Amino acid sequence: MANDKSISQLLSRGILSENPIFRLALSMCPAVGISTTVMNGIMLGIAVFFVQVFSSVTISAFKDYIHPRIRIPSYTLTIATWVTVIDLVLAAYMPGAYAKMGIFVKLIVAFAIITMRLEMFACKEKVSDSFWDAVGMGLGFMVGMCVIGAFRELFGSGMILGYDILGYKPLLFFILPSAGFFVVGLMMAFFNWIEAGYKRKKGITS
Amino acid sequence: MNMKKLHKLLFVLLAVLLLPGWLHAADFITGKSFGDDNEIVVKFAGPVDPAVAGNIEKYTVFEETDPDIRLPLISADVADNAMSVSLKFNDPLNTTQTHVVSVKGLTGEEKTEFTVAKSYLGYLFSIMISALLIQNFVFTKYLGLCVFFGTAKRKSTAKGMGVVFTLVMVISASMAWFLYQFVLVPFNLNFLQIVIFIGLTSLTVQAVDTILRKVNPVLFNSFGVYLVLVIANCIVIAVPLIVADNNYNYFETLMLALGAGGGFLLALYLMSSVSERLELANIPPSFKGLPMAFIVAGQFAMAFLGFSGLQVF
Repeated sequence: MANDKSISQLLSRGILSENPIFRLALSMCPAVGISTTVMNGIMLGIAVFFVQVFSSVTISAFKDYIHPRIRIPSYTLTIATWVTVIDLVLAAYMPGAYAKMGIFVKLIVAFAIITMRLEMFACKEKVSDSFWDAVGMGLGFMVGMCVIGAFRELFGSGMILGYDILGYKPLLFFILPSAGFFVVGLMMAFFNWIEAGYKRKKGITS
Repeated sequence: MNMKKLHKLLFVLLAVLLLPGWLHAADFITGKSFGDDNEIVVKFAGPVDPAVAGNIEKYTVFEETDPDIRLPLISADVADNAMSVSLKFNDPLNTTQTHVVSVKGLTGEEKTEFTVAKSYLGYLFSIMISALLIQNFVFTKYLGLCVFFGTAKRKSTAKGMGVVFTLVMVISASMAWFLYQFVLVPFNLNFLQIVIFIGLTSLTVQAVDTILRKVNPVLFNSFGVYLVLVIANCIVIAVPLIVADNNYNYFETLMLALGAGGGFLLALYLMSSVSERLELANIPPSFKGLPMAFIVAGQFAMAFLGFSGLQVF
């Protein structure tokens, strides 16, 4: 892995080219489960963001002391510790939002994206690089959640962040739990379509 | 002489054993059960006074856990032979709760009190059915999607995965229940839930891996590869968390774990059957792969919505 990566490169990789939800298709459970409104997406995004940043920095700082054979259990324990911290903080300071997200905050511990970033990046790179990589990934997750949440909230209840935008009778279907699968599927197809179109255009011009 | 003593002893023992039955037979109320979702049916040993049994003022009904909240009745219909009465309520009853019904002046006594509850086995079974169909972990709770979309390609794989998952879930949920009830709760270590449960799950997976490798190598060869995938899966860790949240007892935990595992097996099998067909279908290029899988899963989720409101007992 090339070392001198600029901050903007690390950030944009997490948000765009390796977006956890749309490109890597990891951590889909919350993306489908609680993305009914933008607010839910932002809240869980923040939680994941902090867990990702804290665990990445912790592992990166202690990478010389962790024996390679016990690295996976140590990742799990690090993540579990930080998830507990975030869980308790959210429960104490934002009880309303916490109740809405339910079990998903605790389940951040099993998100593949966090373990993957620790294994692929944080255990090899400098603390500062790991920090920016984690920020990028966390932001990418948040953006993904917000986009899905915005789509479902706009069509399902005609509102964005609680403000009435469309003055029509909303399609209840998008609020229904099963619509999460449809929305995520359609969005993935949409991004594939754009990418294919982009590649085709490039192919013609060059 | 000795023989005679033994006979006497046996007789007394029998009488003692039968005493509860005899006492029970003396009870005036012979049967009570939930009827429709807002109905309780009570049967009597003999005819009752319709003026008393048909008067809703005489009844007080409440759930055992909330004695302060009286459930309002709309009618009490006495049957033609006056041997039974059907109590109708304003709102549908929560039939998982034990209901306490008391009647004033029914048998000449001031107050007759009895409880109505579903049979415990039925309740346990309903937990399993709920986790299996109504609250299916994949289609209505959205857990374990990564593994679900990753491995639901072949029917044989799906079966293997489902069985391994169920096994790991039952074992880890049992261990988590014991630790939670006997260590975490008594020592007020509730906040360690996540760390303990994820550790236990990893331990269980490692243990199953080692045991299976030694005891049944054939089975290990066919299932072993999936074991690694189990660790990083939210569906396995979700069961102990739900159990801890709802304060289930051991049998309820076992049923929830079985139902969750069975539900995952069912979802995987359904999805893999569709995936095998999809390979032959002509799909638009942008929908190939995951997007199509998501749309199919969405349709399954809509189908599973049909199970909501299902009541077996």
